[in-house]
Order: sequence, then C-alpha cells, then structure tokens
Amino acid sequence: MAPLPPSTAPRPAAIPASGPAPRGWWRRNQIAITPWLFLAPGILFFAIYVLIPVFQSFNVSLYEWDGLGEAEYVGLANYEEMYWDDAFYTSLRNNVIWLVLYLLAIPMGLAIALFLNQTVTGIRIYKSLFFFPFVISQVVVGLVFSWFYDPSFGLLNVMLGWFGAGPINVLGDERWVTYGIIAAGLWPQTAYCMILYLTGLNAVDPEQIEAGRLDNAKGFRMLWHIILPQLRPATFIAFVVTIIGALRSFDLISIMTAGGPFGESRVLSFYMFEVALSEYGFRMGYGAAIAVVLFLIMLVFITYFLWSMYREERGR
Amino acid sequence: MFPTPIDKQPRGAQIAYQSLIPIALILWLLPLIAVAIFSIRPDADFANANYWGWPSSFEGVTNYSKVFFESDMPRYLLNSVLITVPTVIGAVALSCMTGFALGIYKFRANIWIFFLFVAGNFVPFQILMVPVRDLTLDLGLYNTKTGLVLFHIAFQTGFCTLFMRNFIRALPFELIEAARVEGVSEWRIFVFVVLPLMKPAIAALAVLIFTFIWNDYFWAVVLTQGAESQPVTAGITSFNAQYRAAYHLMSAGSIVAALPPVAMFFLMQRHFIAGLTLGAVK
Repeated sequence: MAPLPPSTAPRPAAIPASGPAPRGWWRRNQIAITPWLFLAPGILFFAIYVLIPVFQSFNVSLYEWDGLGEAEYVGLANYEEMYWDDAFYTSLRNNVIWLVLYLLAIPMGLAIALFLNQTVTGIRIYKSLFFFPFVISQVVVGLVFSWFYDPSFGLLNVMLGWFGAGPINVLGDERWVTYGIIAAGLWPQTAYCMILYLTGLNAVDPEQIEAGRLDNAKGFRMLWHIILPQLRPATFIAFVVTIIGALRSFDLISIMTAGGPFGESRVLSFYMFEVALSEYGFRMGYGAAIAVVLFLIMLVFITYFLWSMYREERGR
Repeated sequence: MFPTPIDKQPRGAQIAYQSLIPIALILWLLPLIAVAIFSIRPDADFANANYWGWPSSFEGVTNYSKVFFESDMPRYLLNSVLITVPTVIGAVALSCMTGFALGIYKFRANIWIFFLFVAGNFVPFQILMVPVRDLTLDLGLYNTKTGLVLFHIAFQTGFCTLFMRNFIRALPFELIEAARVEGVSEWRIFVFVVLPLMKPAIAALAVLIFTFIWNDYFWAVVLTQGAESQPVTAGITSFNAQYRAAYHLMSAGSIVAALPPVAMFFLMQRHFIAGLTLGAVK
C-alpha cells in the first residue's frame, strides 16, 4: 500500500466534534480514540519505511538475490559465507576501533566546554565557531580532511615537516587509515559533545559549587565529585549520540578512502553497501546478512538506552 | 559557575586566557581555514606547487562564479532545497500529532509505541537499505526527489516524536484539563491550546531537521542517481570528478555545499542549540 501524503491523512476534524455538544458513542469514547487518530499517519509512515523493512531485511538475508531477478532461498548460507570472509572480520575489527576511539569525543568535548565556560567578551561567538564543524556535512568534512592529510600538499605533512618528521600518507597507509578517518569524525563529534556539556554546565547548581569551595574542593576533585554527577544527563546523551555516530560511520569512509587501501578502512556499514550496491555486484542477500549483524550489535545499545529511559520514566 | 570565572583570577591569567582562545580557535578550525584559502587561489598556484605561500593573485570571484555558472552546482543546491524543505514540513507535522498523542493521553500501549519510535530512530541505515530501495523502485519513485522525501519524513518522525513528546510532557497539564472541563473537543485542544505552545519546539526541530537532511549522503546515494534529483552532498562527488585536481574549484564547491546549514545555524542559533539539548535532556 502506498503511503499517504500527510494532507490526506485521517483527521479527527472530519468527525463532528466541534458542532453542538456531541452526544452518544463518540462523546463517551473520544478520549480513548483521539490518540489513535493522531498517531495513525505517523505510525503508518514509520511502519512502512522503518519497522517493516527491518524484518524484510532479516528475510532477504536468507536469499541469494541480485535485486532484479528471482530470489533464491539459500537458508543460512550467507551467514556461513560471512563466517569465512576476511573482509567481514576486518570491518568488524574497525567497527570496534571506531566505537572505542569515538568515545574520546566525550572527554574532549567536556574539556573544550570547560575551557569555554567563561563570560569574557565575545565568548558567544567563540562558542558558535567551535561548534561549527558539527553543522557541516560529513561529506565536506571528509573532503577537507583528505586534503589536510594529502601527502604532497596537505597541511598535516607541512606541519610534520617543521618537526623534521617525514611525510606520511595517512589515507594510503593501511596502518594509519582507520585512525585518520576516526580523527576526522571526532572533529564534528567533539563539537557536538561540547555543546551538550556547555548547556549542562549552565544548569549546574551554583550553591553546590559554593558548598564545595567551602569544603576546599578544587579543580579536578571539584569536577569529579560535584560537577560531573550533575552533568549526568548531558553525559548520557553524549554517550548515546556518540555510539550511534560511531556505528553509523559511512560518509567519511566513502568520501575519504572508499574502504581502501585494500579494504583496510571498511566498517560493516560500508562493507554492506559495497556488497549490495556497487561494482562488486548486487548481492542483496549477503548485504542484508551483514546489515543484520550490524543491527544486532546496535540492538545491544538500543536496549540499554531504552532500559535507561524506562527506568527514568518509572522514577517520575 | 565552574570553572572559576576568569575575571576573579589574577590579571596575568586573564591575559593568558584572552590570548589563548583565538589561538585555540584557529587550531580547531585549521583544516577548514586551509580549504577557504584554497578556494580563493588561482589555478596557477597549484601548477607551481605554491600551496601554502602567499597567493599569486586573489581569484575568489572567478572561482566561485565558475562554481555557480559553469557547473551543475546550482541544480544540486536546488534539489537539496526541494528535498529538505518538504521533509521538514512533513516530519514536523507528523510529529506534532504523534507527540501530542503520546504526551497527553494515558493508555497502556503509550510507552511501547513511544519506545518503538525511539528504537527505530537508532537503527543502522543499512538494515533498511535493501527493502526501502526496493519499495521505492516498486512505487516508481527511484531517482526522484519525492522518493527521498517520503523516506526522510518517515525516518525523521522517530526522532521528532521523541522530541515533541518530551516537550509536550513538560507543558502544564492543567491547561488541557481546564479546556476539557469547558467541553472543548480534543481536536480543538490540539489546535488552539497545545499547538500555540509548541512554537519554540517546532522552530528548534525545523532547524535541526533541516541540517540533518541537508547533510544526508547515504540515502542520496542509495535512492538517487543523476543531476536531476541528487542533492548537493551526492552532487559534490560528481562535481569533484569533473574538476579532478582543480583544487581551487573543488574547495569553492565544498564551501558552497556546506554553507546553507551553516547559515541556518548562525541565523537560528538559539533554536538550534535548544533543539540539540532540550529534545533529549528536557
């Protein structure tokens, strides 16, 4: 069924509720039914484009399919192939590296937020300019950083030259490539965490800080025992968006290296795309199987996030 | 305030801080500044390997007018606008309604539907890729802006619902109860009581979704192909293929592609930051 454009979505206004006092069935059930009428268009869209496709992908992963012809049922053969596939393990390993190193955005963002949490003149402009990288698309961040790393003219190697270090081709060297891309990704992500913490620091209770000062708490001890506990909501969101961001990394890899050299910078999200939609052949089934694995990894985190949210809802 | 305000520190520390900020900022934005400088250099500088010296001439106007008048860039920009604006309207409209339903009414499935939206918002794109591409092909919407818009609206509804629901939860519930006692119908409560109070949330979401969708690359690559429907994020790669090794033009093109969300951010800064933090922290 084709999704309805929002304008034709069912609207409770069509029901005679604004006329002279409605009576009978509608009146008795209005409060029970209204939320479902309001939810219907949103749920419909979301189900068609998000919820159902998740299950369809599970199904597709059991087939060998080029996206056009007949799909052939192969059971778990795609998963078996994955088990023997070196490229899959390279991608998985890189995903773990991404996850771990991407979390550095949280302390780095906190550090910059603490540095900028002052009231000198012009600080607002500085804060927005520090936040700047987050607003730029990852495609442009990728381009900017691939020129920054360029072995012949990149600024990085110019600066390394000042210290007498030889030029390194970050994106062409399999030892460095993943770290180089993660560094590029950390740039906007740190900006994001910074803004979360700046807002959090605004809400820190000044009385508790004063009390801490009277107790002679200073610097790091103050930060650890008094400030950080109050920043917990900001830390939680920073954690969520950073984990999601790390597992979603696709744009930067696609722009900066296209998975190379020798597939060393692939992650699951990129490898899946490569398998399913590129010159290597349209292997929808195998691609879907990789996506399922990525989804299951994400599901661990999603469950944890929802569980935290659920506890907080209950606590209210 | 933490850390200790700098104006309560000795004079020396104040001066050190004041001079440290601009240096830190320049270092932070260095890769971007480099690209901005590239974009006003003449072609000849790259041929002579004068990458970081003083530009032999300033060709900003020439380079940027080439981007605007001699490439597909304006078309990609227009496509981006035509994809982004309807998505913002659609996603905000849908989520005002879902947010209202989940924020105001108490029914058993409420929290589970809410969690479904939140969870869907976090799934990796790749698990949706094959079925969504297939569905778009079946609808005859592959390689059209409409196809992209429909998907974006649906997917963004997840995040927008999370945001709107939390915002509506924080509104004073007495207002709604008072209206009910007056006999105002639920639909009219939505339109005349809740919607006017949601203006700041709508502004914040609109700015945020604008940036998200403008910067989308993955779905642009999956669901569109040519200059007639691709947004600027996907277009920039074809642009770069066209001007291979013409770094002054590629730099100018990248800056043009990045500019609209940046402008949006600086114009609507307060809403933008409120959106990033309020939606989840509340």
